[in-house]
Amino acid sequence: MAGIPHDHYEPSTGGEKWLHKRLPVVGLMYDTLMIPTPKNLNWMWIWGIVLVFTLVLQIATGVILAMHYVADTELAFSRIEHIMRNVNGGAMIRYVHMNGASLFFVAVYAHIFRALYYGSYKSPREVTWIIGILMFVLMMGTAFMGYVLPWGQMSFHGTAVITGLFGAIPFVGEAIQTWLLGAGAVGQPALNRFFALHYMLPFVLLGLTIVHVWAFHTTGNNNPTGVEVRRTSKEEAERDTLPFWPYFVIKDLLALVVILIVFTAIVGFMPNYLGHPDNYIPATAAATPAHIVPEWYFLPFYAILRAFDDSVWIVILTNWLTFGIIDGKFFGVLAMFGAIAVMALAPWLDTSSVRSGRYRPMFKWWFWLLVVDFIILMWVGARPAEGIYPVISLIGATYWFAYFLVILPLLGVIEKPLTPPATIEEDFAAHYPKSTGGSSSAPAAAPAE
Amino acid sequence: MSHADDLQGTRRDFIYYATAGGGAIAAGVGGWGLINSMNPSRDVLALQSVRVDISGLSEGMQIVPLWQGKPVFIRYRTPEEIEAARSVDVADLPDQSAGNDLLGDDAEATDANRTVAVFDGGEGVEPTFPEGALYVSSGLCTHLGCVPVGESGDFGGWFCPCHGSHYDTAGRIRKGPAPRNLPIPYAVLVEDTVLQLGEEA
Ligand code: HEM
Ligand code: FES
Repeated sequence: MAGIPHDHYEPSTGGEKWLHKRLPVVGLMYDTLMIPTPKNLNWMWIWGIVLVFTLVLQIATGVILAMHYVADTELAFSRIEHIMRNVNGGAMIRYVHMNGASLFFVAVYAHIFRALYYGSYKSPREVTWIIGILMFVLMMGTAFMGYVLPWGQMSFHGTAVITGLFGAIPFVGEAIQTWLLGAGAVGQPALNRFFALHYMLPFVLLGLTIVHVWAFHTTGNNNPTGVEVRRTSKEEAERDTLPFWPYFVIKDLLALVVILIVFTAIVGFMPNYLGHPDNYIPATAAATPAHIVPEWYFLPFYAILRAFDDSVWIVILTNWLTFGIIDGKFFGVLAMFGAIAVMALAPWLDTSSVRSGRYRPMFKWWFWLLVVDFIILMWVGARPAEGIYPVISLIGATYWFAYFLVILPLLGVIEKPLTPPATIEEDFAAHYPKSTGGSSSAPAAAPAE
Repeated sequence: MSHADDLQGTRRDFIYYATAGGGAIAAGVGGWGLINSMNPSRDVLALQSVRVDISGLSEGMQIVPLWQGKPVFIRYRTPEEIEAARSVDVADLPDQSAGNDLLGDDAEATDANRTVAVFDGGEGVEPTFPEGALYVSSGLCTHLGCVPVGESGDFGGWFCPCHGSHYDTAGRIRKGPAPRNLPIPYAVLVEDTVLQLGEEA
């Protein structure tokens, strides 16, 4: 009994029947495109399409860039300049790829916080969620390795710092770091392999995208009420849903157009706004840029990494309990990866019986505080690690962990949620007048305009 | 179940386990080959030891040559810097071990243990670099490997801009997230003004 009951593809013409018997690919596409989708989805459900679009955009521009790029420490920097100055339309293609990475992360963060608010991660969508987190991690890896390729100062020293994270692992750290870099320091072997991986990982992402979609097409989409689509009969399911094509495709495309207008304006008028000027200085091992900061999309996690140094009591305690094996440096690394790991565990940490945050009066506050916390961490991650900033990072990091490990489990027990509507149809009817398909069967209708 | 069937069952089991086991071993060996290929190649390993001409180094000056792809600090310290480093009590240091490849693990982080031994040119020959003046260490912050900036920080030594680690004039960590003193590689004066980094293989 997988999926919501709906009409399946019936080959009609002779040719279609012929193909369907041998390869039911049209049927697969039909069922995917016509999937019943809750009709009350709001604008926060557009980000998935934006993500798919951006992945394709990155692959398309990336393959072209790779045709002009050379992964050699002596040449890489000048090959980028070659792309910028000599290749026809090269500057535009590169700027789209550069800012495409930012668009990717804007979309993924919106997508993740959407899921956190509406409880999309909760049963039965845990697998969708876990795959999503996995994709998020791969995206970060891909973007990081892409940023190394221009071989500017930020590329070089960013690589030193990030691979240095692995060096913090007790006992085997140094061996792992050497293995990652293929040498004792950042150089040709690192650049070469990062290029290979930067080329490959997006295709792994593409594969995972299919699995991600497959998983939520099996469970059905979540929706703003968190109420499941009725599956007892096709008729009932049809009153809760509309087919993905054309209703949601058109809606998503409209959103995409708006987003691309902003994106194009950024690419056209301020292509380097989100980057760092230091990366236009060729890499040299002998000097680190005075202010080394990762790209904006890594900042919240970077802030968490830096929040824990040897003066924080929990670090001191851990250090003592582990006989000095876990020091401040390793603790920071664990915290950074832990911040993502706790997200992955959200389905099991959230104990509430109600799915959507819309009906959880206390949860709402904590959720918005998490959003603010995320923004503060992003801001503080770009500040130097001096003065008040480490304290702010520490408070921010603490709240991040507290949200997942303490607040989510406790809220489910102490909070008294409101009652969600019985069906999606009812929710829809309460929002839209009859003429647009609402109110038809729900007696407590909203005033007609 | 007949005796013959039983026999057949165990034979099938055996074949099954042998195939699975053989496959696992083959995958492991092949996988390890692939993983190991990512370790440093022979040409990278070949750059074990280099000699650096430091005749141009004057007092208060620092050069940062690359050795095995990594920056190395070579500094001709001023008398004030030496004095500042010597006035510190080892017991007050966050990392009290010398971290000097030439000395054992339990050598203390005294200033003398963290500077290059004076070159002995024979009777009556004045060495170019006086006692305690020549300082050599890795140029990578022990936190996450940025290159600290010289003559800065709260202790007049090095300051790492990445996450704010302060090192003193003997390269010892004093404040900030870095856990250890700047490590000192094998470094000896093979001539009055020629420094060898790394042991000859
Ligand atoms: C998940 C999708 C991808 C993301 C997030 C991504 C991200 C990035 C980033 C952030 C840069 C650095 C841009 C700069 O600062 O100059 C970059 C560079 C690069 N990427 Fe990608 N990329 C993706 C997919 C691809 C693919 C599929 C290819 C090749 C088939 C590719 C090829 C390149 C090349 C050749 C460069 C160096 C040129 C340059 O720096 O502009 N990328 N990528
Ligand atoms: S790398 Fe030097 S303080 Fe982090």
